Amino acid sequence: MTATAPTAAQPAPGEHALPPAQRRRRARRVKDDTSASAGPGWAVLAWVLTLLFFAPVAWMVLTSLHQESDAATNPPSIFAPLTFSNYGAVFQRGVSTFLINSATASIVSTLVVLLLAVPAAYALSIKPVEKWTDAMFFFLSTKFLPPIAALLPIYLIVKQVGMLDNVYTLVVLYTSMNLPIAVWMMQSFLAEVPKEILEAAQVDGAGLIRTLTQIVAPIAAPGLAATSLICFIFSWNEFMFAVNLTATVSSTAPIFLVGFISSQGLFLAKLCAAATLVSLPVLIAGFAAQDKLVRGLSLGAVK
Amino acid sequence: MTAQAMTAPPTATMSRGLRWRRRGPLLPALVFTIVVTQIPFLLTIAISTLHWNVLQPGTKNFLGMGNFTSFAGLANYGTVFTDSRLRAAVLNTIVLTVAVVLISSLLGLVLAVLLDRKFPGRGLARTLLIAPFLVMPVASALLWKHALYNPDYGLLNGAVNWLWRLFGAQEGPTVDFVSQFPMPAVVAALVWQWTPFMMLILLAGLQSQPGDVLEAAKIDRADGWQTFRFITLPHLRQYLELSALLGSIYVLQTFDAIYTITQGGPGSATTNLPYEIYLTMFRKYEYGEAAAAGVVVVVGSIIVATFALRTIFSLFNEETSR
Repeated sequence: MTATAPTAAQPAPGEHALPPAQRRRRARRVKDDTSASAGPGWAVLAWVLTLLFFAPVAWMVLTSLHQESDAATNPPSIFAPLTFSNYGAVFQRGVSTFLINSATASIVSTLVVLLLAVPAAYALSIKPVEKWTDAMFFFLSTKFLPPIAALLPIYLIVKQVGMLDNVYTLVVLYTSMNLPIAVWMMQSFLAEVPKEILEAAQVDGAGLIRTLTQIVAPIAAPGLAATSLICFIFSWNEFMFAVNLTATVSSTAPIFLVGFISSQGLFLAKLCAAATLVSLPVLIAGFAAQDKLVRGLSLGAVK
Repeated sequence: MTAQAMTAPPTATMSRGLRWRRRGPLLPALVFTIVVTQIPFLLTIAISTLHWNVLQPGTKNFLGMGNFTSFAGLANYGTVFTDSRLRAAVLNTIVLTVAVVLISSLLGLVLAVLLDRKFPGRGLARTLLIAPFLVMPVASALLWKHALYNPDYGLLNGAVNWLWRLFGAQEGPTVDFVSQFPMPAVVAALVWQWTPFMMLILLAGLQSQPGDVLEAAKIDRADGWQTFRFITLPHLRQYLELSALLGSIYVLQTFDAIYTITQGGPGSATTNLPYEIYLTMFRKYEYGEAAAAGVVVVVGSIIVATFALRTIFSLFNEETSR
């Protein structure tokens, strides 16, 4: 059994001997290699549209590096001298506290999500409970409830227990917001662990812990990383609960942005600097997870 | 998954203890989700049957959370469907959702088809195209409002002005997008934000096309358009459905963009249901009405979600039985 169990490191004995998940992956790789090449016209059109779409982001970054007086000109001054002073000004306005709150809410909630979602996904894929699809679709259906409909009772409960303006209130809410996504994603990643390997491990007398740490974990690790990045992205960007349930102590980065524009005088360059700064963690996380992004966005339905 | 069902002992023969040991890892997540998502929703339904305005507190207590005046039965629902503001909000929500989902699906399809071919820098182009979806929604709303739409120094007016001067005119026309065209302004910002989402799902759909079918089409001398129309599009159908339905559910919940770009105005021209519920809750303090409107949004979402779930279910079955 062990000898025939294919792992990523061993050369596969033949296409048909591969487990379905791996065969599928292999098929896709082959397909990718043969995807048709485009003519020059195609490439130009694709790049023009891409740059058009990216232009607002580029403009945001460029404006954040201009002096206020150069930022608010008409026609726009594209080639004005660059400066980092706006970023300094944003930190002087106290963005750090907001960033720390955002980081706390996103990172802690992501950790809690993983703690809850990984065992759940295990019970929905590797050792499935009976009616496991029903459980999956229950998790998914909660994602379709608009959060605004729950805001009022949540506000009332949070006020009653004295947790208004508390970052851990956001942790709980972001956990429930991301848990269905994480369960679906992790389920789809764990389902790809070849059954043959698990059986082989069992035959060889590997215990649960050893199976998990030495077989399941290495295969599921990229999935785990992608899942946590996606949970992080959604909690970092969340606005509705943050603006209604926090006030002064535990406000997050988007609240800083909204409060930023009430000041008088020119503010566009500083606003762009603040917007760039608070978007940066998610841009990095998103680019890092871009191969798995679609699986998270489609709640695991599209691989 | 079929293989798994075969290797797992049939559930009927499993002992009680084993079944509970299997359920064990699932329970924390299940209990957490039930408590945090279902209880508030039940409370929303309960509150929707009360006359409860915080500015005129009554004498009856609601679970220690505040005092309401009296039971309302279904009166709040009557208000939701007859109040002109709320009806406008329902209409705005539909217009906003349909417009954003349709336009971003189309744009997403165009971009996905373009990115499905190899060309120099394709990976970089894809990375750049994802960016609008990753920029914090509040940041992108502020970016559109101030850096792009502003009538004095926004990039859109600036670019028009620059073009005008290029052709010798003194001054380009000035358009105050947000006050003159509030709904299209919000739609454009949201389309920009959601197109990458559509593109990613559709691109995954395109790349899951079996290569041999396309090969066969080529051998049969089908031209590019015929291949797209008769092979690619039917294959993409469920991906189009999925992206449109998921998109609808998310766009239906739009709050950030309205809050930041127009504050629902001018008047109530861009007030959608989530924003109207927010106003009813925290500006008018009509808790009962806000809860009733919330229930209406949930029912609307459930209708869309039923279709979405069906699509996800069929994709899911396809994946697991393959």
